[in-house]
Amino acid sequence: MSEFALWFTKMEHSKPFALVLFFITFIGIVLYVYANRKRGERLESYKNIPLEDDDADRIPHHKDKDDE
Amino acid sequence: MANTFAQATEQYNYDIVRKFTVMTVIWGVIGMGVGVYIASELAWPFLNFDIPQITFGRLRPVHTTLVIFGFGGSALFATSYYIVQRTCQTRLFNDTMANFTFWGWQVAIALSAISYMAGYTQAREYAEMVWPIDILIAVVWVTYLMVFVMTLLRRSQPHIYVANWFFVAFILATALLHIFNNMAVPVSLFSLESYSLHAGVQDAMTQWWYGHNAVGFFLTAAFLGMMYYFVPKQAGRPVYSYRLSIIHFWALIFLYMWVGAHHLHWTALPDWTSSLAATFSILLLLPSWGGMINGIMTLSGAWERLRTDPVIRFMIVSLSFYGMATFEGPLMSLKSINALSHYTDWTIGHVHSGTLGWVSMITFGSLYHMVPRLYETKMYSQRLMFTHFWLATIGIVLYITSMWVAGIGQGLMLRAFDEYGNLAYTFVETVSFLHTPYVWRAIGGGFFLSGMALMAYNVFMTIYQAKRGQSVMDAKIAAKMAQA
Repeated sequence: MSEFALWFTKMEHSKPFALVLFFITFIGIVLYVYANRKRGERLESYKNIPLEDDDADRIPHHKDKDDE
Repeated sequence: MANTFAQATEQYNYDIVRKFTVMTVIWGVIGMGVGVYIASELAWPFLNFDIPQITFGRLRPVHTTLVIFGFGGSALFATSYYIVQRTCQTRLFNDTMANFTFWGWQVAIALSAISYMAGYTQAREYAEMVWPIDILIAVVWVTYLMVFVMTLLRRSQPHIYVANWFFVAFILATALLHIFNNMAVPVSLFSLESYSLHAGVQDAMTQWWYGHNAVGFFLTAAFLGMMYYFVPKQAGRPVYSYRLSIIHFWALIFLYMWVGAHHLHWTALPDWTSSLAATFSILLLLPSWGGMINGIMTLSGAWERLRTDPVIRFMIVSLSFYGMATFEGPLMSLKSINALSHYTDWTIGHVHSGTLGWVSMITFGSLYHMVPRLYETKMYSQRLMFTHFWLATIGIVLYITSMWVAGIGQGLMLRAFDEYGNLAYTFVETVSFLHTPYVWRAIGGGFFLSGMALMAYNVFMTIYQAKRGQSVMDAKIAAKMAQA
């Protein structure tokens, strides 16, 4: 195994490396989500998915049993 | 309308959702009933009746298993199967596999309860099931993952809605946690006893890595999936910010796995591990509150619905408790606070703030939204829903405040010294002090249980009403056909 690969086998190296890697990934996600306005609009459009399959017409208007 | 519904039931597998929904309610009543009984045993120990099977030690895991995995787990199966079908606009993958998850899960829960009462336990908190049941759960869980992922793969909707991300994370993380925490060597092939594969401090570490992530992924992430679908649906408006929900998801996923060691402050665990867990626990406040704000702001502009809609009430209270519990948790993870709170009833109060306030309330709201849609009817009684809401809310308040009094009082007494440096109180004095808060806790639990029983009645009457309506409809159609 090369010297470079062996460096990762030591826990004192691999753990902070993983932490930095995860942190950079997270920052990347934040930038991806918020940096571009057009992309932001596209992402926000997905919020309507639960409402697109509307079932309001399938549910009878509520009239309480106790009020009958 | 009936035609539209018939199309929906053909398009979606509602049968499996109905089955899990009914079992959610049944396990809820039994599990919470056991909870109230053991709370009463602590207040009035004669209730143990010297019968080993019903002593606190054996019934406590029965309570936790039935409410977390029976009630909570069945609710998650039901809602995740419902949500994935509706947001992907496709039928659930493979009815047989879905049915296997139902029967496998129910058998595992029932066997667990029976085995604890018989005295068989692994003695790992929230993972007391003996090894054969662990294997059954692992098989059921992998099947669940396959059903869920295959359904996602055959979706008609191009985008996977964020609620499903939370469900996938919950299923994957739970599989990982369950398998690694339960690695054990059975004493023999025909023995229910086993030895853990881990030892010493690593064993404790693995247990609490599991324990806290069960809270994080089973009791939080999955119920957030529920929240991200049912809150917008019931409010009739989309979630406040979809982008915030994405950040909420990833922040939660990145942070949660690190925090389990805060359950082991001031033990043999290395100090740095403890500090790391506390640090990540504090960081968790950000995504937790981000998610809570996202949920609450979804209702912005629809606040008047709180007056008339009991479902919205359940949801808003659940989000408020999510916020409160996720503030209290990081607070208790600080070493100095933990020195007071750990090994006291404050922990029990905190857990119930999350499980009764957040998990149960969002489940009640979601089921009250879902049940009428599953049975194509209305809820039997809205008044009973309002009554349930108040019984549950009063019950939680009584429970949590009594546990704060018990826990903080107990913690202060255990570390009080007199002027000579001797302990100011004997242990039995702390036990005696706990009696009054324990009585109030049992009363609070009784309120919550009464609400759950009302819900069970309301749901079963709703189902009965729907079936009766269907029979009348069938009879009318048959009569018309006969006339024709």
